[in-house]
Amino acid sequence: MATLKCNIAGIDSINPFWLASAPPTDKYINVVRAFEAGWGGVVWKTLGIDPPVINVSSRYGVHKSPQQSIVGFNNIELISDRPLKTNLDEIRQIRKEWPDRVIIGSMMAVIEEDVWKDLAIQIADAGVHGIELNLGCPHGMCERGMGSAIGQVPDMVEKVTRWVKEVVDIPVFTKLTPNITNILWSAEAAQDGGADAVALINTVNSIVSVDLDAMAPTPIVDGKGTHGGYCGAAVKPIALNMVAEIARNPDTKNLNISAIGGIETWRDAAEFIALGAVGLQVCTAAMLYGFRIVDDMIIGLTNWMDEKGYETIEDFRGMAVPNTVDWNALNMNFDTKALIDPEACIECGKCHVVCEDTSHQAITFEVAEDGKRVFTVVDDECVGCNLCQIICPVPNCIEMIPVETTKPYITWPMHPLNPNNN
Amino acid sequence: MALEPNNSINGRPLTSAQINDNFIDLHKPLSHQQAMAESARCLYCYDAPCIQACPTSIDIPTFIHQIRTENIKGSAKTILSQNIMGGTCARVCPTEVLCEEACVLNASLERPIEIGDLQRYAIDDLIKKSIEHPFQRAEVSGKSIAVVGAGPAGLACAHRASMLGHDVTIYEAKEKSGGLNEYGLAAYKMVDDFAQKETDFILDLGGIKIIHNQRLGDNLHLENLQNNYDAVFIGIGLDSTWSLDLENEQVEGVSDAVDFIEKIRQSDDKSQVKVGNDVIVIGAGNTAIDAAVQAKRLGAENVTLVYRRGEQQMSATEWEVNLARTNGVNIKLWSTPKRIIADEHVAQIEFTKTQLKDGKLIETPFTYTLQADMVLKAIGQKLELEDLKGIDIERGKIVIDENYLSSISGVYAGGDAIDCGEDLTVQAVEDGKQAAHAIDNMFDSLNSNEGEG
Repeated sequence: MATLKCNIAGIDSINPFWLASAPPTDKYINVVRAFEAGWGGVVWKTLGIDPPVINVSSRYGVHKSPQQSIVGFNNIELISDRPLKTNLDEIRQIRKEWPDRVIIGSMMAVIEEDVWKDLAIQIADAGVHGIELNLGCPHGMCERGMGSAIGQVPDMVEKVTRWVKEVVDIPVFTKLTPNITNILWSAEAAQDGGADAVALINTVNSIVSVDLDAMAPTPIVDGKGTHGGYCGAAVKPIALNMVAEIARNPDTKNLNISAIGGIETWRDAAEFIALGAVGLQVCTAAMLYGFRIVDDMIIGLTNWMDEKGYETIEDFRGMAVPNTVDWNALNMNFDTKALIDPEACIECGKCHVVCEDTSHQAITFEVAEDGKRVFTVVDDECVGCNLCQIICPVPNCIEMIPVETTKPYITWPMHPLNPNNN
Repeated sequence: MALEPNNSINGRPLTSAQINDNFIDLHKPLSHQQAMAESARCLYCYDAPCIQACPTSIDIPTFIHQIRTENIKGSAKTILSQNIMGGTCARVCPTEVLCEEACVLNASLERPIEIGDLQRYAIDDLIKKSIEHPFQRAEVSGKSIAVVGAGPAGLACAHRASMLGHDVTIYEAKEKSGGLNEYGLAAYKMVDDFAQKETDFILDLGGIKIIHNQRLGDNLHLENLQNNYDAVFIGIGLDSTWSLDLENEQVEGVSDAVDFIEKIRQSDDKSQVKVGNDVIVIGAGNTAIDAAVQAKRLGAENVTLVYRRGEQQMSATEWEVNLARTNGVNIKLWSTPKRIIADEHVAQIEFTKTQLKDGKLIETPFTYTLQADMVLKAIGQKLELEDLKGIDIERGKIVIDENYLSSISGVYAGGDAIDCGEDLTVQAVEDGKQAAHAIDNMFDSLNSNEGEG
């Protein structure tokens, strides 16, 4: 049977599933419940210097699908609102009680060297396995010159990372914000500062909804709202891309990545690992379903690895990285055509209307003599865009069939129609 | 034996409260959450088969999409623009053989969208809260139309004709408007006086006057209407029933199912409606089912529905037949009543077993008798021909052309009174609506002819 034991930036973990620094890792009772449920580690809710911050009510907003399932989630909560000593005492206690589990101390401060160094020393002294630098929080703390206010300036990312590395001898994770132009600038800065790993993504700046009666963004605090940090399944695609950017960049490809962003299932986890992540952090899914979801993540990932013949996470880690390329490296001679299985078709007509209205008028609609509604792809018009397959409600009814060709793999830079080649 | 109220089931007497509880809403209305979840299941098909399956061509995917976006008022208007009685139809349509049968989800082995329940969700607030009427009348044309019958066909015709600018007077034989919606549907399908609320809603448009207790051939005459109005629409339904043609058919205890159903509908306290303990319902349509199920719910000990053919041939839908079964109605097939055994009051019915031979229904030598203290006939209704002298009638129904025009110029007809093969509320509404347009077109062509002259 496959093992999920792994080593993340030099830290041994019984599995790659850690809880991200957030409300679920705020205090002793939550973290103990998480370890009882089977999580491999936690990144403790971000610590700052005393006096602790004060939070507001309410704190969370939601973006739902029409089926009422939660697609995205946001929060305007700040860092830990409890005294530093209370947190550190609890960390010491749990380290004793749960020796095989990982605790990472997350921290943030204003851009002052002494403050960072002093806080990092105190946290390391509590016995954490590593320190995570929260340079990503996009709400509240950034207005005080912390979180994303630092993470958005590569020079500061490098500086803060270096400061902490100078005073602790445990692994340092630099947590990156997605609210930037190019994730590589911050990742390279973290690497230059000596980071053992980058953790990404932190939450995305967001307003999840506007209450049209209150005329205010949600969550509403006494009639007013503010932008918050967006997370959950909706941000997974953003996170996957940013992880892949770092993993396939020659300058950062050896950097350890602790992936965060919409991981809800073992499959999500496997996708991030395939794109190079060494560890995984989860928050929203636990907040939506409770800590018990880790059980399925562990069993599901193990079963899948067994099916595929992977014995360890390293066996498939990064396997999708070589296949993640720039657009300019794609084969211009590859072509697919949609094929509708008339037996499986339930005659809803959605493929026809979307292709007719928004694509290439490549699906005809006829009513047969027996009244059957028949939808047929016109190969000459079909560009293989996948839209019909995506909107079709019946699994496997529409298949994208590659067109057989003897033409060579040709990229746009090589293409005869590229004006640069003339 | 006299029929007494305070009935029993399995020997245990039912209280009045229990009996009245048996007549609350058969289907609970959808909650907001249920409506949201159900509307989100709809695929929003293109040129959807459900639209074609609806006799009134309601744009079902659009109204469901509007529920999903919480544009409930817009959704109600989408429905009502095609079917002004969308509220009643949502309650009583046999959706399982109309829109919901056509739902493409059936083909994917999922259950179809609950279109009827969603339609009710969209409309109920609008009708019950008397929100501003969603339609306006066109400029007044100066033309007037007499509508005979304030049932679904007549009201639908009146509403559409008034929208088109014509003034309408409805002549109704009964004390209340609504026709079968008021008098002929099972009580648990039309709770809270919905038929009257819907009628009030329809009249909110303006331009429609209803005069009650006006019966064609009695105190109302077609000729006068023809003389006094620019057009006449007949939507009188079928107000007579077929008989069994058996001796003793007039004895006490033998009556028409429609009268029994009307009595229940018009009773504020259902426990005061008399029912037998051995009830036999003869027939196999939805009226037979409504009578049988309601007899059971009133507390009748034994209710037996008897039909001369098999289950396949029953005109009640499968859903209705199952409703009867789950309510404890016995269904006996391939049996035809041969003899009513009675003194002053019915006591037994003798049935002859039937069978199909070479495609024809024949009687066999086998007979049996059933105890009966109440017999309800539900073997079909017909038109009182005397009322309509001069109009072509075939098979007991008015003959019309493709424009709902009868054999008399200016006299149109629709609903159950015409021979179209469908005795559904939704079809009657469609008839009324289309007849209003036909009348409007007729006015237009007269106007343009006058202009040319």
